[in-house]
This record gives sequence, structure tokens and C-alpha cells, in this order.
Amino acid sequence: MTRDNRLAWINGLLLPLFNVLTAFMVTAVVFILIDVDPIVATKILIYGALGYEEGIGYTLYYATNFIFTGLAVAVAFHAGLFNIGGEGQAYVGGLGTALVALYINPAISAWLVIPLGILGGLTFGALWAIIPGYLQAYRGSHIVITTIMFNFLASALMVYLLVHVLREVGQMSPQSKDFPDAAWIPFVHDIFASMGYKIADSPLNLSILIALIFSVLVWFFLWHTRWGFAIRATGKSPDAAIYSGINPKMIIIVTMCISGALAGLVGINELMGVQHRLLLDFNYGYGFGGIAVALMGRNHPVGIIIAALLFGILYQGGMDLAFEMQNVSRHIVVVMQGFVILFCGGLEYLYKPLLTRFLAPIEASE
Amino acid sequence: MNDLLLNLILTLDASFRVCTPLIFASMAGLFAERSGVVDIGLEGKLLMSAFIAASAASVFGSPWLGLMFAIFASCILAMIHGIASITFKGNQIVTGVAINILASGLTMILTLAWFKSGGVTPSLKPDERFLSITLPGVDIIDHIPILGVIYRELISGHNILVYLAFATVPLVWWIVFRTRFGLQLRAVGENPKAVDTAGLSVEGLRYKALLIGGILCGIGGAYIATAHNAQFTKEMTAGQGFIALAALIFGKWHPYRVLAACFLFGFLDALAVRLQGVVIPGIGEIPVQLIEVTPYLLTVILLAGFIGRAVPPKASAQPYIKEL
Repeated sequence: MTRDNRLAWINGLLLPLFNVLTAFMVTAVVFILIDVDPIVATKILIYGALGYEEGIGYTLYYATNFIFTGLAVAVAFHAGLFNIGGEGQAYVGGLGTALVALYINPAISAWLVIPLGILGGLTFGALWAIIPGYLQAYRGSHIVITTIMFNFLASALMVYLLVHVLREVGQMSPQSKDFPDAAWIPFVHDIFASMGYKIADSPLNLSILIALIFSVLVWFFLWHTRWGFAIRATGKSPDAAIYSGINPKMIIIVTMCISGALAGLVGINELMGVQHRLLLDFNYGYGFGGIAVALMGRNHPVGIIIAALLFGILYQGGMDLAFEMQNVSRHIVVVMQGFVILFCGGLEYLYKPLLTRFLAPIEASE
Repeated sequence: MNDLLLNLILTLDASFRVCTPLIFASMAGLFAERSGVVDIGLEGKLLMSAFIAASAASVFGSPWLGLMFAIFASCILAMIHGIASITFKGNQIVTGVAINILASGLTMILTLAWFKSGGVTPSLKPDERFLSITLPGVDIIDHIPILGVIYRELISGHNILVYLAFATVPLVWWIVFRTRFGLQLRAVGENPKAVDTAGLSVEGLRYKALLIGGILCGIGGAYIATAHNAQFTKEMTAGQGFIALAALIFGKWHPYRVLAACFLFGFLDALAVRLQGVVIPGIGEIPVQLIEVTPYLLTVILLAGFIGRAVPPKASAQPYIKEL
């Protein structure tokens, strides 16, 4: 094995693995501190997420959201941008999807309505991200601060629209009227039923296929197109990118546009897939969860799908865990997210000195 | 006594109370960012210390003990931020996000584990909180028109932490601009290499800045849960850490300007409460959401350079890697 190979192996696999394991171990310590046996808790969690049909359905349904926001954060990371605004972009993207679903002629076929709804989510999510992108590229404002501010702006905008504009007449709670049938993305259990197989009802719907398709598209875009190369080059070395003729301002805007569009797809799964109406806080936590997913998945679509699955398991298993054990609430997942971001993100170099020292003698013997 | 004046005074009075945690948090951010560490984790530190303050005050029966524990908890989070972003050269912003998420999750887990409740701590009795203080001389000045009302309503009758917040600002100014440590702090945020060359420890200075920030956030959090309110409730800081960050930028990293920004944002918040459902002749009802987002909007516009220019310390967000 050459030195470069081994370094890649350490950086790409061993370090992230150590980091994730550390995050889990620290979470286990939290379990012990609140008087819960971490092994028993893990068993309940895994059974809750994967032990029965309904649980698996929920796990995959949560994972779908995490794939969208994880991809969103990852694309931005590749250009060296930190998009904290996934939360807001998912929210406003959902507005785009809902507007299509609510105002389109309900007689139009679902084959047209659903793609238009996806387009609505992509467009609105992208628009909400392009403004911070533009401000970073041409006005020098820091993308992190602007996207945080835009999360709050999105939240206020949605509350205003749902309370004053889109609320169903005669309805007390702030939510829109139901989407027409043509705007419902089919549930997986309905599809199975139509083929003669009976599986348990769950919110899992065909959005998961859309998520997988977009994972492939992101992979192709980043590693097999000119724009993808330009984005990665800018992220690796902005100066070198400029010398090779890449316009960094354009890269920022294009990257944010794609990142926001991907986050904007959360509404497809949540609104067209499950809720079938626009409501408050359907995006809650997925934008920030996407940061953990992208960091854990090393910003690669395959890694992101795996990390999203893991977070889907944690979300669904966490619900069951909270139900079974009175000392735990589902917020243990939030704690775990925090540790994953801390150890895979902030402390990503924690073990580097240790591993380098450990491997030095082997290297010297060659 | 006309109504408008009284209304104005009451709104200003509420502004004082609302802007107090913003002042503590933004002064905390000021130290961190002046030293070259971007502190996204203000929100998390506020939330965690609000929870710890309310818990300790309830368990030990003293707001002062609550305050001590809150400062301790907030400093621990600040040190986690330091270890990751200073010692291990990790991304400061990612670490800040982790701290916010951890605080959000841990407060929920711990309310359940310690108090068997989903996100609230027991309500505090009056002697477990910081209560309003009536300043001396209210009775005497009260007879003077207007001035009496202003003194009674506006200046007197806050709790000790409000006064502390306003006293902190000149102190921060003095530390940052008139002491040796302040000079080093500003230098390390602008040009860490020069500080290193001068034989000072870049890491040490940044740790000190974060620790001071931890103390200030601890006081701010304790204020939210044990002075402004009488218990901890789920996600009770509700973005105040981010508003403080906005105030820090809006005030261009200068203590007095940041204070003005905090007060402006506090005033807007108090105004939003007052204007709820009020119809203004000729304009109609102003959506509360619009007033609520004004701090964020103003910050975005300022950052974009449309009104003035906000330039952060040059070395902020960059870990310092010593050349060997």
C-alpha cells in the first residue's frame, strides 16, 4: 500500500468511523447519567426502527427528509460554503409545493401535478437560498449569518401566510385546505396493496424514490460535470480556481441555488406525501439534522444515504424508546445529533495526531 | 398625564427587560469575535444556563446558587467550543451549531430525568428568583410630574441583573479599549501571527475570551429563567442568542453601539407585543411578524452594505495554525 493510499484510507474511513463511534459512546454516557441502560435502550431503539413493518416504514420516511437536507448541506460544503439555512429553505420550498398543489386545476393528471409540485419546491427553496448567495458573492455578507437570519425570516413569513392568507376558511389552526387528490404522492403501502401484497400502513411514500434519484443526480453533477468540478475546485482551493478561469461569485450563486433547491424538497415528502396540506413547522429540525447527516456522510451521496438511514432509525427508534422508557424522551436523538456534529464536524481532527503517531513506526519500517 | 406618554414609558420599560439577555449575550459574542472566534453557540449557552439556573434555584432555593451553576454550565459549553475550535482547529461555526443542538436536546432530556416533566422545571417561589428592586427616593421624586413617572416606572423597579447588564457595557468598553488584555484581544482577532510573534499565546487569549463569554452568557441565561420568568420552559430562549449575534454585527463589534442595537431590538420586541391587534389609523393593522423580524431584516441589510458597512475582525472564523 502506498503512503497516499493509506492516508486516504485513514482520512476517508478510519477517522470518520472513530468520530461516529465516539459520538455514540458519549451519548451512551448520557444514557447512564439519566439512569438508563444504554444496551437495553439500543435494543428497544433498533427494534422500534427495524423490527416490524410499520417501524421500517417510518424509518424510511424520516430518512427521506434527511437525504434531501443532507444533500443540500453537502453540495454547499463542496464549494466551501456552510449553508445553515436548510431549515428556512425547506420551509419556503414547501410553500412553493403547496402553492402548486392548492392553485392548480384539480382535474389535471397527477402525472403533471406532482412534477410541477417538485418544481415548485425546487424553485422556492432555490430562491430562498439565492438571496444569501448573492449577498455573499456580490455584497460580502457572510453566508452563515445571512442564512441564519433567513431561517427566522422564513419562519415569520410562513406564520404570516398561514394565519392571514392561506388558512382554510372556518379553520382555527393555521393550516391550508387539503390538497386535491392529484397532488398526493402515493403511499408505498397503497402501491403494495394494489399489487396484492398487504403491508402495514406508514407515512412512507414514493418521495423516497425521488430522494434516491436526486442522490444520483447530485453524485453525477458533482463528479461528472464541468460545473461540479468547478464547485469542488473552488471549495478545495479558491485561488487556484480563480487562476483556472472559474468565476467564484458565479460558483457561490449556483451552489446556493442547488443547495436551497434540494432542501426545498422536504415539502414533497412531508406535504404532498403525508400531510396533504400546508401547515406550520413541518420542516422542524430537518434543516439542522442535514448538517449532521452531511458531516457524517463525508459529503458524498452514498455516505449521506447511509447517514440519513441511521438518523431515520434514530428518529423512529427514539419515538419507540420514549414510549417504552419513561426516563427518555425522543429528544435523545437531538442530543445524538449534537454529538455527531461535534465529533464529526468540530472535532474531526481529534484522533489524527493519535493515528499518525500509531502509524509512524509502520511507515518507518518500510 | 397623557396616555401616549405613559404607553411609551411602559414600552420602554419593557424594552429594558427584554434587552437585558441580549446585552449579556452580545457582550459575550463581542469578546469571542474580537479574539477571532465566531460564536454561533450563544443561543445554546443561553438556553443551557437558563435551564441550569432554574433547576439549581428550584433545588437549592436560591437564585444566586442558580446563577453560579448557570455560569458554570455555560463555561463548560464555552470550553467545549474552545477545545474543538482552538486546540483541535475545528470549524468554529460547525462547533457552535453542535453546541446549540446539544443544549436543545440536553435541556429536554434533563427536565425529564430530573423533574419528570417534558421541558419545564418547577415554578420558582418569589425567594428563589431575582425580584424587582425599588430604588431609593421613588417616593420623593414621584411628586414631580413626568420625571416622577419616568423614575418610578423606567429607572426603578427592575431586578439586579438588569442593572448589572447596563453596568457591564462600560466595563466591557474599558476592558477592550483601555487595558493591556483588551489590546491583546483586539490584536489576536485582527492579526494572530503578530500576537504570536510578540511572544503571547494566541490560544490562551482565545480561551480567555471564550471563558468571559461563557460567564456572560451564564448570567444572561439565568436572567431569562430566574428573573424575567419564574421557571425554565422548552426552547425558552427562542432565538435571543441569534438576535444578540445580529446586535453584535449591527453594533459593529463596539460595546456602546452594540448596546444601542440591543436596546433597539428589545424595543421592537416590546413594541410587537403592544401592537398586537392594534389598528393604526391610515395604515391598518401591522402584522406582528413584520415587527418581530425587523432585527433580522436590518442585520441582513446592514451586512449587505446598504446602510453602512459591517466589517468583522479580520481573523474571525480562522483557526490559528502556528508555523514551525
